[in-house]
Amino acid sequence: MTDYAPIPAAKGCRDTPVLRERGQHEVFCGLTGIIWLHRKMQDAFFLVVGSRTCAHLLQSAAGVMIFAEPRFGTAILEEGDLAGMADAQDEIDREVARLLSRRPDIRQLFLVGSCPSEVIKLDLARAAERLSGQFAPHVRVLSYSGSGIETTFTQGEDACLAAMVPVLPETEARELVMVGALPDVVEQQALGLLGAMGIGPVRVLPSPRAADYFGLGPNTVFALTQPFLGDTHAALVRRGARHIPAPFPLGEEGTTGWLAAIAREFGVDAALFDAVTAAPRDRARRAVAQAAEPLAGKSVFFMPDSQLELPLARFLARECAMTPIEIGTPFLHRELMAPELDLLPAGPRLAEGQDVEKQLDRVRGDRPDLTVCGLGLANPLESEGLTTKWAIELVFTPVHFYEQAGDLAGLFARPLRRRAALRLDTAQPPAALAEARR
Amino acid sequence: MKLSVWTYEGPPHVGAMRVATGMTGLHYVLHAPQGDTYADLLFTMIERRDHRPPVTYTTFQARDLGADTADLFTAAAKAAYARFKPQAMIVGASCTAELIQDDPGGLAAAMDIPVPVIPLELPSYQRKENFGADETFFQITRALARPCDRTARPSVNLIGPTALGFRHRDDITELTGLLMDMGVAVNVCAPMGACPADITRLGAAHANVLMYPETGEAACRWMERELGQPFTKTVPIGVGATRDFVAELAGLLGMPAHLDESRLRLPWYSRSVDSTYLTGKRVFIFGDGTHVAAAARIARDEMGFDVAGVGCYNREMARPIRALAKDYGVEALISDDYLEVEERIESLAPEMILGTQMERHIGKRLGIPCAVISAPVHVQDFPARYSPQMGIEGANVIFDTWVHPLVMGLEEHLLHMFREDFEFHDAAGASHHGGKAVARSAEGDAAADGGSMPPEAAPAAEGPDTGTDVLVWLAEAERELKKIPFFVRGKARRNTESFAAQKGLREISVDTLYEAKAHYAR
Ligand code: SF4
Ligand code: SF4
Repeated sequence: MTDYAPIPAAKGCRDTPVLRERGQHEVFCGLTGIIWLHRKMQDAFFLVVGSRTCAHLLQSAAGVMIFAEPRFGTAILEEGDLAGMADAQDEIDREVARLLSRRPDIRQLFLVGSCPSEVIKLDLARAAERLSGQFAPHVRVLSYSGSGIETTFTQGEDACLAAMVPVLPETEARELVMVGALPDVVEQQALGLLGAMGIGPVRVLPSPRAADYFGLGPNTVFALTQPFLGDTHAALVRRGARHIPAPFPLGEEGTTGWLAAIAREFGVDAALFDAVTAAPRDRARRAVAQAAEPLAGKSVFFMPDSQLELPLARFLARECAMTPIEIGTPFLHRELMAPELDLLPAGPRLAEGQDVEKQLDRVRGDRPDLTVCGLGLANPLESEGLTTKWAIELVFTPVHFYEQAGDLAGLFARPLRRRAALRLDTAQPPAALAEARR
Repeated sequence: MKLSVWTYEGPPHVGAMRVATGMTGLHYVLHAPQGDTYADLLFTMIERRDHRPPVTYTTFQARDLGADTADLFTAAAKAAYARFKPQAMIVGASCTAELIQDDPGGLAAAMDIPVPVIPLELPSYQRKENFGADETFFQITRALARPCDRTARPSVNLIGPTALGFRHRDDITELTGLLMDMGVAVNVCAPMGACPADITRLGAAHANVLMYPETGEAACRWMERELGQPFTKTVPIGVGATRDFVAELAGLLGMPAHLDESRLRLPWYSRSVDSTYLTGKRVFIFGDGTHVAAAARIARDEMGFDVAGVGCYNREMARPIRALAKDYGVEALISDDYLEVEERIESLAPEMILGTQMERHIGKRLGIPCAVISAPVHVQDFPARYSPQMGIEGANVIFDTWVHPLVMGLEEHLLHMFREDFEFHDAAGASHHGGKAVARSAEGDAAADGGSMPPEAAPAAEGPDTGTDVLVWLAEAERELKKIPFFVRGKARRNTESFAAQKGLREISVDTLYEAKAHYAR
């Protein structure tokens, strides 16, 4: 039953030493997770307890969404809250009561910790418990930290999902839980593939609505669709659930490897697995081949951002013929990444954490064909003549599973195609025109 | 605590970043947690700068909390100096660092960095972005500017433009040209474009042009006191204001006023008969105090609009805006609460909004045309083309920008005359905007929905209209109301209701509607 799993690279990256750096980190804090979580969880509200900076970050990151009566907001700490003039717990109660009276559609409320709330040691867990008691059963109140001091970008989702795990009920049922917030269309595709193999029932964390929540227990198995879910992984294991280790479902190979691990767990026979996956695998390969054409033989450098860097580098190296030079990641979870490290061909530098100035020096030294980096660095690097792919898009675009494999390759190819398409530097008439003038 | 879904201004350290990023040769060391580097992308994305802001963040994490955050700051400041070799540095704390009290100023002073290091005290839990910019520039000026000989020829400093300022780039160009026509040179333009060495030469100018009071007033007041430089109080946005500005400056410099109006087109465009239908259009104006004050004057005196309401989000400008509102016979709204602004707009039901990025979305939701006149703005309002707000060309730009969102005259007439057209109807919006034609809905009164709003987003207030709990619209009257074109329907509804209330009526009939129309006719 191992025949349908991807074959590891001859010499993987499992033993590659990791460069650990400390210095300026040019990354988002975990609050940004709210931007996609609030769309996914239809009856949840995210109340950040923080400062004007936190509110400003959310609106800068949320762009236009904020105008659609968003399901998030910031309780901005004021002078009085700090000076101890106001009892912060009372203040939270008041703000929450006001909010819930205005928004009866809210069934789950997350109190989200920020750097300021953590530094002043505001106990949001206690507040959540108290408020849960007060507003049960209509509203469930939970808390987690999305602060920059604790979390980096996608880790906000991890912290949120991990907070939900302890309150899920007990069950003895043998069920599969698919963990990670995916775009709806992608989630449906995944459920379709699993269903076609006879695997079920399948639960998803997070569910779109509080009413859809399910139980956990010793017979629960779970698979992660996102690499940044270390704390959620640990919380699920604490509840007795068992993890199915697998590469992440990015690209044809990653998706096949991920499905194969689950198929193996549920004793799906190879013929059925092939029957279900053959056509989409073929489709994915063809789509990638077409979209990845400009990528072949090109080098790529990943700045740390989301923890998606390793699986993406694996996809680019193995399916798009790119050469990763450096793969930076904000956090390297050895256990979860083991299947990825095995698949990744030896060669690239692995870096955890960041000293942005030093890392930029390495980028300039290496002059990669493509640099994957955040929006704070992308335009400055472009103006130095480097081609960039801004990393946030990889979190805001459907990229998982077979049907998106071609789009995923296309995301990386587009900046290279654009660079080739633009003729801005010198006055170059189009070839045909020049010909005609002759 | 105060719940906020939208903040008009960022925290004060973002204001300090706007000063540092506008300048050259100045570096900012900001004590801040990991994650606060998000602010970089305001400059690299929204303003599309091709370099990183000159800001080094300490980006401390939870594991650093305790004694060594101060060391982290010291190391970051040292590394920043060694790498960037700036002419001067500013150092300060973000809101989180303010809580851990490492005293960046004191730490930096003890480090013997061989250039001036200017400490910033920005109270993040009381003040906001504009204060941060104003205070930062004031501290830089105070630390570096010294009295010096005045230039031989008349010259001024342009004070206030910063990075991420609404149209600051082109306002500088426009004013520089205008001054040149007068025979006045620009000594230093600051913060935007200036380096610390330039700041030391501020004193050579004969006067200061305070372009944006929000970000330059404290420095101008200090220079007036310490360097003996008077500064202009008129902000040259609009035709009248530009003329007044030229006269004011000429007075300060003791020279004849001269303004080349050969390219000024607003007055003729506004007088031409095609603009007659603009007369009395009710506008609501919101933004920063400076732009609101300027817009109100243009709206009333130069476009012939009727100013239905004014307000600003920066309480530093509350006094002038209140005074202005009084002058215009309306109530001022001083608030940074987005929901409150939305409520006011809803109740005033203007035909047009002049506001910020946020009002644009309120307008979209309520189906009211909107033009942007003030920060905060998004990437579209940092355009590639020349688009000042100030001076002669600024007036031309403003005329076009404000008229564009409105339905054009002939279309407006046709909408009044023929209510049943299948493609040319209320909900379709102004036809020169090129959206997809929307078929007229069965009820004839398609929700003039903004488009991007998912249905769940409908606000709670969308239920019964204000007043309907006491006043009942009879079905016939309601149908008659719907025959009024959408851009004036809100006003008609409001007028009718207040007319009915005045008369002590509980029901509104078709007659009431027309009685009210006659009552308010002009
Ligand atoms: S890094 Fe901390 S202070 Fe900054 S926005 Fe995130 S949670 Fe708020
Ligand atoms: S990517 Fe650019 S346009 Fe889009 S939200 Fe960010 S800054 Fe605005």
